[in-house]
Amino acid sequence: MTESTVPQVSSTLSAADTIARWKLRWRISRDGAAVSPGLFRIGEPSAESPVIVTCNYRMTFDLVRRDLGGLDVWLLVLDTRGVNVWCAAGKGTFSSRELMLRAALTGLERYVSHRTLVLPQLGATGVSAADVRATSGWRVVFGPVRSRDLKAFLAAGMKATPAMRAVTFTFAERMAVVPVELVGAFVGWFALIPFALLGIGALVSWGGAAALIAQPLAAYLAGVIGGGVLVPALLPWLPGRALSLKGAEAGVIAGLLAGLVLSAPPLMIAADTLLAGAVASYIGVNFTGTTPYTSPSGVEKELRVALPLMGAASVLAGVLWVVQAFGG
Amino acid sequence: MDGFRYLGGVATLELDREKCTGCQVCLTVCPHAVFAVDNDRRVQIADLDACMECGACANNCAFGAITLTPGVGCAAAIIRGWVTNTEPSCGCSDDVSAPASACCGGAPVATGEPLGSDQPQAPA
Ligand code: SF4
Ligand code: SF4
Repeated sequence: MTESTVPQVSSTLSAADTIARWKLRWRISRDGAAVSPGLFRIGEPSAESPVIVTCNYRMTFDLVRRDLGGLDVWLLVLDTRGVNVWCAAGKGTFSSRELMLRAALTGLERYVSHRTLVLPQLGATGVSAADVRATSGWRVVFGPVRSRDLKAFLAAGMKATPAMRAVTFTFAERMAVVPVELVGAFVGWFALIPFALLGIGALVSWGGAAALIAQPLAAYLAGVIGGGVLVPALLPWLPGRALSLKGAEAGVIAGLLAGLVLSAPPLMIAADTLLAGAVASYIGVNFTGTTPYTSPSGVEKELRVALPLMGAASVLAGVLWVVQAFGG
Repeated sequence: MDGFRYLGGVATLELDREKCTGCQVCLTVCPHAVFAVDNDRRVQIADLDACMECGACANNCAFGAITLTPGVGCAAAIIRGWVTNTEPSCGCSDDVSAPASACCGGAPVATGEPLGSDQPQAPA
């Protein structure tokens, strides 16, 4: 075996890579979410060069090869079925087993003289360094959380600073998932909700102005924006710790505004506020799937309290609409 | 982290200090600095409420000193677990069309042909 049998990947991203990333972000297409697993060369690695391990989710793979630009390293890509490291580790596809299997399948030991593998820190949920060492002899070193710190980590002799070890959730990181959240609110059965709400609006405000008929739908959309955009954007500033609470707050504000803008009668404004609050609370609590700090015990606790409240608020909103329609 | 705090008093994380050797692997893998070195060179749980129950520490403690119930802190996964009466699991690799499943930052799986045109090609 010679090095030339290991494909080399570019560390510069093409326009096609950018387009692929946007398709994934907006859920336009799942094609190409997975790249082929295996061993790759970045630059001209030698037998002493470090081995960096990552997953085969396209966005991750692209970021890692970009961030390794200018270095000579080996890149071992595990088959996580196109899922990012964090989730794949939780699901057990970014695992000790897959790591050892991929190292063996690619004949990695023939290319390097050392036995050290650098893994992303967030892979530690799925990979046990002790197990890998005992079973295969490979020494796992957990590198930084983010690939952009890889260069500094390697330059420092594989030492991570505390900042490299901590997950962050910056404004940019939070807003990056907004498209996914928004599209998620209109996928599958959820796509029928707007039509159902228009129908309800037409029923309760029969013969009324378009602004009245559109009330339930407007409240719903206000809730989606409250939960899907305001919650991520204002996360540190919305009072309370529970995501369902933060969502409800954002939804109440958005629903109230929607009702006022459409100059609805008081009861309908109350109904709009209730429905938007419930919808935003639901979307807000689902944001726990994206937040890197929510524990399953905590999510369970808040769901037990929040789900019945969301249901009650939605039903009450419906009652108010009907009362307004027939009483007003 | 960045001042984000989640619900307190719920994390299932436990440390058996008798078994701890002070190897500090848990300090390395924990993304929330939950552990700290004690003055007798073992570790202690310094910030229990910051724990998101990811299980990285228990998975990598070679001495079995850490126990917890690990899982995904994701509402969609937990609701799905309740509905189907199974373990909570994010649907990101099998059911990407599931509504509101923003788990995994929308990391869906490839269906069918996984390779794009700009995939790494083996040199001729
Ligand atoms: S990994 Fe286990 S043995 Fe090592 S310091 Fe942490 S608790 Fe102690
Ligand atoms: S479960 Fe995760 S967050 Fe909690 S202490 Fe262990 S490594 Fe840290």
